[in-house]
Amino acid sequence: MTAETILQMSDIVKTFPGVRALDGVDLDVRKGEVHCLLGQNGAGKSTLIKVLSGAHQPDSGTITWQGERVRLNTPMAAMNQGIATIYQELDLVDGLSVAENIYLGHELAAAGFSRHGDTERAAGRLLERLGHPEISPQQEVGKLPAAGQQIVSMARALSHDVQLIVMDEPSAVLDQEEVGRLFSVIRDLTADDIAVIYISHRLEEIREIGDRVTVLKDGRTVATGLSAPDTPTSELIREMTGRDVEYAFPERGMTAEDAPVVLDVAGLSSPGDFTDVDLRVRRGEIVGLAGLVGSGRSEILETIYGARKAGSGSVTVDGRRIRPGSVAAAVNAGVGLCPEERKTQGLLLDEAIYRNVSLATLGRFARGGFLRRGDERAQAEQHVRALDVRPADVERTAGTLSGGNQQKIVLARWLLRECRVLLLDEPTRGVDVGARSELYALVRRLADEGVAVVLVSSEIPEVLGLADRVLVLSEGHVVHEGQADDIDEHQVLDLVMEGSAA
Amino acid sequence: MSEQTPVPQATTSPADEHRRVESVEGAPRGSAFGRFMSSSAGRNVGLVVALLVLCVVGAATTGQLFVDVDNAMTILRYASVIGVVAIGMTFVVTGGGFDLSVGAIVALASIWSTTVATQTMAQDFHWIVMVFTAIAVGAGCGLVNGVLIAYGKMAPFIATLAMMAAARGLAEMISDKRTQLVDVQGFGDFFSGDFLGLPVLVWIFAVVCAVAWVLLNRTTFGRRTIAVGGNATAARLAGIAVNRHTVLLYVLVGVACGIAAVMLTARTSTGSAQHGLLYELDAIAMVVIGGTLLGGGRGTIVGTIFGVLIFSTLTNVFTLNNLDTSTQAVAKGAIIVIAVLLQQRVAARSDTS
Repeated sequence: MTAETILQMSDIVKTFPGVRALDGVDLDVRKGEVHCLLGQNGAGKSTLIKVLSGAHQPDSGTITWQGERVRLNTPMAAMNQGIATIYQELDLVDGLSVAENIYLGHELAAAGFSRHGDTERAAGRLLERLGHPEISPQQEVGKLPAAGQQIVSMARALSHDVQLIVMDEPSAVLDQEEVGRLFSVIRDLTADDIAVIYISHRLEEIREIGDRVTVLKDGRTVATGLSAPDTPTSELIREMTGRDVEYAFPERGMTAEDAPVVLDVAGLSSPGDFTDVDLRVRRGEIVGLAGLVGSGRSEILETIYGARKAGSGSVTVDGRRIRPGSVAAAVNAGVGLCPEERKTQGLLLDEAIYRNVSLATLGRFARGGFLRRGDERAQAEQHVRALDVRPADVERTAGTLSGGNQQKIVLARWLLRECRVLLLDEPTRGVDVGARSELYALVRRLADEGVAVVLVSSEIPEVLGLADRVLVLSEGHVVHEGQADDIDEHQVLDLVMEGSAA
Repeated sequence: MSEQTPVPQATTSPADEHRRVESVEGAPRGSAFGRFMSSSAGRNVGLVVALLVLCVVGAATTGQLFVDVDNAMTILRYASVIGVVAIGMTFVVTGGGFDLSVGAIVALASIWSTTVATQTMAQDFHWIVMVFTAIAVGAGCGLVNGVLIAYGKMAPFIATLAMMAAARGLAEMISDKRTQLVDVQGFGDFFSGDFLGLPVLVWIFAVVCAVAWVLLNRTTFGRRTIAVGGNATAARLAGIAVNRHTVLLYVLVGVACGIAAVMLTARTSTGSAQHGLLYELDAIAMVVIGGTLLGGGRGTIVGTIFGVLIFSTLTNVFTLNNLDTSTQAVAKGAIIVIAVLLQQRVAARSDTS
C-alpha cells in the first residue's frame, strides 16, 4: 500500500496553567485510513484533537497538512482546510431541522434568504451517501436518537469538502447494532479516500475498524504506527497503562493483621454502576482498586463518600454506620475525598492556598462564626510546609500551582481535618511525571501515620506499587481480591479482560 | 522562583521538567501598575477616581447647588435605602446567585408593615413592631426564593422573577393599590431624625455595611459564600452544605429588603406597592460596578458601597442639571457597560499573571 501521508503533527506542546497537557506529541495520518488514537483519560487525546480542530493553539510544534505547513488559528480555519471534528458532546442545535443543522454556518442562501428546498435536497443527498436515507431533512434534530444525531454531525462534516474527520468516542452513545452501522459509514468514507481519526476506549472496536494505532500517555506519543488488527490487546493496554519511567514506590509498611478495621463497606451496590462491593480497610493500610474506565471504580469512591446515593449496602467508619447519600455525614465521620477532577471538583482556583486547605475545617477556626484567620493561616501553612508544596506561599492562588502541588493542597485539606479514611481518585492524573514519586511517598507516610487509604487509579502499576491490597474490578464487579505482592500487571490485565469478555 | 528546591526523589530528568513548568508560571507578567490595578485596593482606587470625577462634574455644572451640605445629605439618604438592598445583593451574587425580586419585596414589606401599623389601634403599639414585621416579610420571601432555587433546582432568574411578580401583586392586593400613610407615634421622629450630625438612615446604612463587611470577610459564613459561588462542586465535596447555604443567602437578601422597606417607609412616610420599583436592576448594577463577580466567587462590600455612592451621586447631578429620567437611564446603561468592560480587562490581566 503506497498510502500518502495527509497529516503530520510533530512535537506538539501545549501547556495550561499547572499542567503540560501535550509534551511533544507526534501523529501522522494517511489518506483513506482509520487511525485510532488510544490513551487513558488525561493522556492528552482531547487536547490534541482541539489543537487539530483549531480550538487550541499549540505552544510549539508543527502541523503539516497535505504537504504544507499550516496554522489552524480558528475552528473555521481547520474546517476550511478540510478537517472536521465530531465531538463527544454533539454540537448540534436541537431546535433546528436536520438540514438546517447540516448547513449551519454556511447556509445555502440567495440574497440573504435561505433556499429551503435546495438545502433540504442537498442534505438528503448527504444522508443518503452516509447510508441513512431514512433520516428526514425536515426533522427536528432534538427528536433524533443519539445515533441519528451523530449521522447528522457527519453529514455536516461532509457538507464541507473534508479530507479528514476526527471522531471523539463516537461509539460511547451507541448500541451494538448502531456501532455496526457507524462502521459501515466509516468504511464508505475511507473508500472515498477520506481519512478518519477514531478515538475509543473499546479495544475490540479499534481492532475491527482501525488500520493503525497511536498511543498517547502523559501527553506524549508512546507508540505509533502499530497495526490495529494485529497488535495484541495486552500490548495496547500495556502501552496505555504502563510506565516508561521507573518510579520509586515507597516501602510497604507492616499492617498488623489485628489492626482495627477503619472503613468497612458491605454489599454496596449502585444499579448500572457496580454490584455488591465489599471493602475493608484497616488502620494504616492502602487498598487499591484497579480496573479500566467504566469498571465502576470512581463511582464506588463517590458512593462511599455520600456524593452518590447507593442502591443498597452500608458504609461503616470506626464501627459507626454513616448516613448514606450525605457528604457532610461522611466528612464528619472522618472521610476525605481527593476527587478525580481536581480543578472542577476539588479546588477554588481563584482563592488563596490556605483558604483551599481550610475549606473542610472552617468550623474549627471559628469562634461564634468569626474566623480566627491567624490561626487558620498558621495551621494551613504548617500542613503546606509538611507536604512540601512549592512554592510554599499560602497567599498564592491555587490555580497558579502545578498539578502535583494542587493535589497536595487537597491532601493538606484532609490532613488538617485529621481524617481517618482518605479516598484518592486518580491522585496522579495531570501530575507531572517527576512529582509522582513524591506523592506516592506522601500517601504512604499518611498510611503509616494511621490513615486508612483507598486508592483508585487507571494506571495499574501505580495501584500495584503503592497499595498493600488490591481489588480488581471489571464491569462493576470485584473479580479478584488479594495482596498487591501476589499479582502482577499481566494477571490484572487478564482479569480485567476476562471480565469484559464475560 | 529561585527558591525552588530540587525534588528529593530518585527521579532526575522528569524532576527538572517539573521545575521548568513551574518557573514559567511563576514569572511575573504585566507592569507593576497593572498588577496594582488588578488588586482589590487598585480596583477601589478606580472607583474613588470615578466618584471624584462625578463630584467635579457636579460642582462645575451646578456650583453651589451641588456643593452644599443639604445636598450631600439628600444624596446619602437616597443612597442609604438602595444601598442596604445592594449590600444584601452582594452576598447573593458572590454566592453565585441572583435576585430579581428585591424591589417587589421592599414594596410588600412596606405595605405589610404599614398595614399592621394602621390596623393596630391600641395605644401601646410600638413602631418596633413595624420593623420586625417588615424584616419577617422580607425573610419569608427570601426563604421561598432560596428553597425554590436550592431544593427545587430552579434557575435563580426564574424563581426570583416569579417572586418579583407575585410579591408586588400581593402588595397591591393588601393595599388595594392605595398609598398608606404612616403616623405612628415615634416612628417618623426616630427614622427622620439626625444622630451626631448625620441622618439616622445613613447611620443604619453604615451599620449594615460594617456588619456585612465583617460577615463576608471574617466569618465562616462569608468564606462559605465565596466557596459556594466560586466552585459549588468543590464546596460540596469539602463537606459544605451548599443547599442550606444557598437558602441562607436568599433569606439574607430578604432581610436586607425588609430593612430597606422600613427606611423607605420612614423617608416617604408612606407604605406603597410602588415602592422599590427597578431596585433590582439598580442594585445589581451597583454590585457589579463595585467589582463583585457576576457568577460568583468574588465579592466586595467596599466596592458595592462605592457603586452605591457613584450611582446616587450620578442621579443627583443629573437631577440638579434638570436632565430628565430618560437621559439618566441612558447614562446609567452606559456606565454599567463601561464598568463591566473595565472589570473584564482587569480580570483577564490578573488571570494571566
